[in-house]
Amino acid sequence: METIRLKIDGREITAQAGQTILEVAKENGINIPTLCHLDGVEDVGACRLCIVDVHGQLVTSCTTKVGADMDVQTQTAPVKEYRRMILELLFAEGSHVCSFCVSNGGCELQDLACDLEMHSVRVPYSFPRNRIDATHPQFLIDRDRCVLCGRCVRVCAQVEGAHTWGFAERGSTARVITDLAVDWGQAESCTSCGKCVESCPTGAIVRKGASNAEMRKKADLVGRLTERREHE
Amino acid sequence: MERQIHIEPVTRIEGHAKITVFLDDAGDVKDTQFHVTELRGFEKFCEGRTLWEMPGLTARICGICPVSHILASAKATDAILSVRIPKTGEMLRRMMNLGQYIQSHALSFFYLSAPDFLLGWDSDPALRNVVGLVQANPELSRKGIRMRAFGQEVISRLGGKRVHPAWAVPGGVNAPLSKEDHQWLTENLPEVKDTIRETIDLFKSAFDCEARGVLGEFTSMYMGLVAPGGKWEHYEGLIRIVDQDGSIVVDGYDPARYFDIIQEASEPWTYLKFPHYVPRGYPDGMYRVGPLGRVNVCESFGTPEADAALEEFRATASRCSGKVFDYHYTRLLEILASVEQMELLLADDRILDTRIRAEAGINQLEGVGIHEAPRGTLIHHYKVDKNGVIEKANFIVSTGHNNLAMNMAVKQIAQKYIAKGNVTEGILNRIEGGIRAYDPCLSCSVHAIGQMPIQVSIVDADGTLQQTLTQE
Repeated sequence: METIRLKIDGREITAQAGQTILEVAKENGINIPTLCHLDGVEDVGACRLCIVDVHGQLVTSCTTKVGADMDVQTQTAPVKEYRRMILELLFAEGSHVCSFCVSNGGCELQDLACDLEMHSVRVPYSFPRNRIDATHPQFLIDRDRCVLCGRCVRVCAQVEGAHTWGFAERGSTARVITDLAVDWGQAESCTSCGKCVESCPTGAIVRKGASNAEMRKKADLVGRLTERREHE
Repeated sequence: MERQIHIEPVTRIEGHAKITVFLDDAGDVKDTQFHVTELRGFEKFCEGRTLWEMPGLTARICGICPVSHILASAKATDAILSVRIPKTGEMLRRMMNLGQYIQSHALSFFYLSAPDFLLGWDSDPALRNVVGLVQANPELSRKGIRMRAFGQEVISRLGGKRVHPAWAVPGGVNAPLSKEDHQWLTENLPEVKDTIRETIDLFKSAFDCEARGVLGEFTSMYMGLVAPGGKWEHYEGLIRIVDQDGSIVVDGYDPARYFDIIQEASEPWTYLKFPHYVPRGYPDGMYRVGPLGRVNVCESFGTPEADAALEEFRATASRCSGKVFDYHYTRLLEILASVEQMELLLADDRILDTRIRAEAGINQLEGVGIHEAPRGTLIHHYKVDKNGVIEKANFIVSTGHNNLAMNMAVKQIAQKYIAKGNVTEGILNRIEGGIRAYDPCLSCSVHAIGQMPIQVSIVDADGTLQQTLTQE
């Protein structure tokens, strides 16, 4: 395999051709924030939080392959500012009230707000009012807490193979749906495996019966599953 | 010329309110209104949320009484799951409620009200507060502050934090009591007992029966939950309503059917509704809840020292005291009762059991949760769809029950002290004191947001505002 030399934050780094910037950064202990990335499924660059500066261009590190002599900057002021703005837009678009959320204290969006030092949201909140779908016997989805990362969609298709989850509509009305936009409890393709629950980074898809701050997810579950499969 | 006096804002209470005093041509009090001025609409935005979120969500109604809402909510959700929660879960919930009684009653007594009657109703308003109390009586103040801290610590050790502990959950509680915390509670409870004994002695010696008439006296019914045998109860029990002379009006009433006997009326000048006893109509169906209500409805506390103190109290009052000031007396009695109840819980080995939560799905589409918050009977009533999503929520909070009575207290005090248009700051403070005795939590009562204080306004017969007195 071809070996590539590049720089990340001024450090000389060696990588394999075909690796993404995010993979290489991780291997070398360089932290880049992510939200839609999930070990075990394909990256799609949906959330844009992993943007980095490559020769003055902003690119998503999860979908951009390393190149020879690349000069990657992960922590410049503009990069940090853009990440923070993206995060603020995610918060403003949904209804993320941590105080009574089942995922309070175990939420990747909340962690990002702390890590990226998001002290306030500079755009008006949209206060969506989507109906909670609690028709599934074990799980429920609160779409007001969904960030459209698509982790549920990918894990359902690529790991479970059920293709229950999908996207519907575009722009501000975009949402994740089950089967052909039927209630989750009526989605015949769903195997109730729960991988979407464990993969969802927020309190959007959760286990029924979990009360405030009780939902803790195994975000590494899918990565471990796929790794084991590869070793078989 | 008729005038109106506005007290705005009313100070040293939980929430935002104002009082209007209407004077007639002679400058005497014609009428008064106690207005609660803000609205939040919690009942509305609970709609569409899930059952499992409700204890934590409704806790956010208030930073002072979150424990009360968590427990009432958890009980309403238990009813929807149709579960009988494990004994230890119930004991731990009781323990937290007792902690809430101790901290809330200590806050009301030492921080909010004692400055009035220990420093003097007419003392310098700048020092008539907890800081002035600390300067005047550092030893008592220190003990009062430590007592409240103990109550807060009970909540924190059980629920993980002092404010908004989302620990009571549908079916029980989500963490057991550790041996270490059990030991801490056992070791620190005696100090609280000593303090409350001392405070009751001080209160008794400072205020005889006549002195306790300072905030007026009137007749009303009283409501509270009682345990079998008419014993004082704070968590379970059945509804009892007694008349002014202690005779039973309603007894053994199923709390889940509260709406058949209690309804709420609205007035255009306040956001706080007026719950009343339906068979007697509005406003004649006035009843009082809280420490005085619970003490008046019960036969006994069921613990030795509290019962001895209760006997002494009743020897200086009628079977049912109608004195507004006796809210303070009964508040102290309840702290003593809470300490004794807590001793019993700590001495019971089952308190350390780890089976604390029952699991179940949606088995009923409606549930009522009622318990006695420090300020009085608290009702949470939910209707859910078959998946557990809230379709309707109704809260009748402790302070609401006392709304008619608080209005009555304000009017009586104003009539007693204001004559010929003579209004001093000390008189206004007595009017506020009448409100403070009920320890209202207005944030809860209208499920409202805002700052604490109240305002008094004086308005002419022709509606012109003559005078406004504000205390910061």
